[in-house]
Amino acid sequence: FSSLVVAEQFEGKLADNVTNVVGAASQFGEDVHVLLHGKDPESQLDGLSKISGISKVILAKHDDLENPTATDLANVAQKALTDGGYKRLLTPSTNFGKDFLPRIAGKIDSQPITDVIKIESENVFQRPVYSGNLVSTVESSDDIKLITVRSTNFDTSPEGELSAPTEHLDVSDCVGTSGYTYEFVENIVEKSDRPELTSASVVVSGGRGMKNGENFSMLYELADVLGDGAVGASRAAVDAGFVPNELQVGQTGKVVAPNLYIAVGISGAIQHLAGMKDSKTIVAINKDPEAPIFEIASYGLVGDLFTVVPELTKKLQK
Amino acid sequence: MKVLVGVKRVLDYSIKVRPNAAKTAVDLKGAKIMNPFCEIAVEEAIQMKEKKKAKEVIAVSIGDKTAAETIRAALAMGADRGIHVLTNQRIDSDLQPLAVAKIFKHVFEENKTDLVLLGKQSIDDDANQTGQILAAMLDVPQATFASEIEFADDGDLIVTREIDAGLQKVKISVPSVITCDLRLNQPRFAKIPDIIKAKRKKIQTLKLEKLDIDTEPRAKTIKVDNPEVREGGVMVDNVDDLMSKLREDKII
Repeated sequence: FSSLVVAEQFEGKLADNVTNVVGAASQFGEDVHVLLHGKDPESQLDGLSKISGISKVILAKHDDLENPTATDLANVAQKALTDGGYKRLLTPSTNFGKDFLPRIAGKIDSQPITDVIKIESENVFQRPVYSGNLVSTVESSDDIKLITVRSTNFDTSPEGELSAPTEHLDVSDCVGTSGYTYEFVENIVEKSDRPELTSASVVVSGGRGMKNGENFSMLYELADVLGDGAVGASRAAVDAGFVPNELQVGQTGKVVAPNLYIAVGISGAIQHLAGMKDSKTIVAINKDPEAPIFEIASYGLVGDLFTVVPELTKKLQK
Repeated sequence: MKVLVGVKRVLDYSIKVRPNAAKTAVDLKGAKIMNPFCEIAVEEAIQMKEKKKAKEVIAVSIGDKTAAETIRAALAMGADRGIHVLTNQRIDSDLQPLAVAKIFKHVFEENKTDLVLLGKQSIDDDANQTGQILAAMLDVPQATFASEIEFADDGDLIVTREIDAGLQKVKISVPSVITCDLRLNQPRFAKIPDIIKAKRKKIQTLKLEKLDIDTEPRAKTIKVDNPEVREGGVMVDNVDDLMSKLREDKII
């Protein structure tokens, strides 16, 4: 039985994590089909072009699927799931995936397995619990499995050529058919040329020690000089209003695993570590030598971030 | 509007959690608290009452007899009455979102409620599923990861939710399910007079086994273990030191 991947997109742009989710799906050893949705899903085919291992692409095209409600997207995904006789549906465990996937579960009576970090077999999965302090291994007895995966825990699919046939899914009975009011109003996002936080190879994060939002500009400078880095933040910095919510790295925010993660003025609460401890190299800069972040940092520097960060940026610029 | 709020009893997050000796489940010894996301849901419901948008707030918890304490805490914050679904099933792992949603559906229909407020996830299983599953079972709209809830003139709710790229606003009718995120509000501390008043508020107890709901776990926990420990690194004295280490590693 093939696996169905519901690809994440935002405002028409395919997410970087699609290759990781396809990689996860391919671990089941069966054909992988990908569902694209939006007002113009064909334009996302380009984004799939370097991912190998996809044997079919299903296109769900509707204006209201550009910013779909969870109801409509779940309806569409459920229809593709049922029509195609798939035994498993995979999507990333981002807010995108978390929003719609469990609705399908409510309709087909299946217990979702979410935030999977390892696929041990057809029915056995590992997932973090208690803010990632423990790992739980679960065995699913559901016939049809609904799975969200932590894309940072799965390798990208090997590069290849997309040569899969496409087919259109008739979504006329899936979109806007609920009978209740559930409408998209607007997105409030800051446009940025920066790489996605969840797929950037360098992330510079600031914590409460940054003292205010303006000071984050020095982290943006450092991220730039390190080469196209993204900027993240601890929950404390977001709660304090220094930066907007989408920068939050942590158990209840984004999970990242870049090549280089620099934690600036972040104490290292368990919930923050849950979101970045799989980073390849972790650098911590904090004036408190007792900060827990130093326990997992590859390199720790005790010092005043307001001197260290500009000094590091200046020396890297040379 | 009648508001149903779910409150889950969880292990205090400041406790160092560990597996039991057999590594088959979490060792649940230790102080318990109301799941922080549930607290936010209760607070939001109380604020709706204070703004005269909600008429009655019902706090629901599922678990053994200690779950009643968590309901009392919600009553002390201002909920009007409680419903305790009594069961000895482990609520951190065996009683799973699919089953919990079925229980909430039963309570919702029995009490003819309008709005369900749940925390977006509980800090034990970190599932982030129950609200969504429930909304689908009830065939109502949902707004997840809510950071703001406003009332439109036509009776609908405008909910601002946290999405991966930033924020999103959706308009949903009632009945509906909303899951509450960190920045929705700051839960109040119950004052002593409210704690005392709460003792007189009613908690109805229902036995789960009598509800004819299949609550067997579909994703059975077969092992619980510590994650791979990340090796500690080294301290460096200054920026030059740091840079030479990063150069050695070919990172810069």
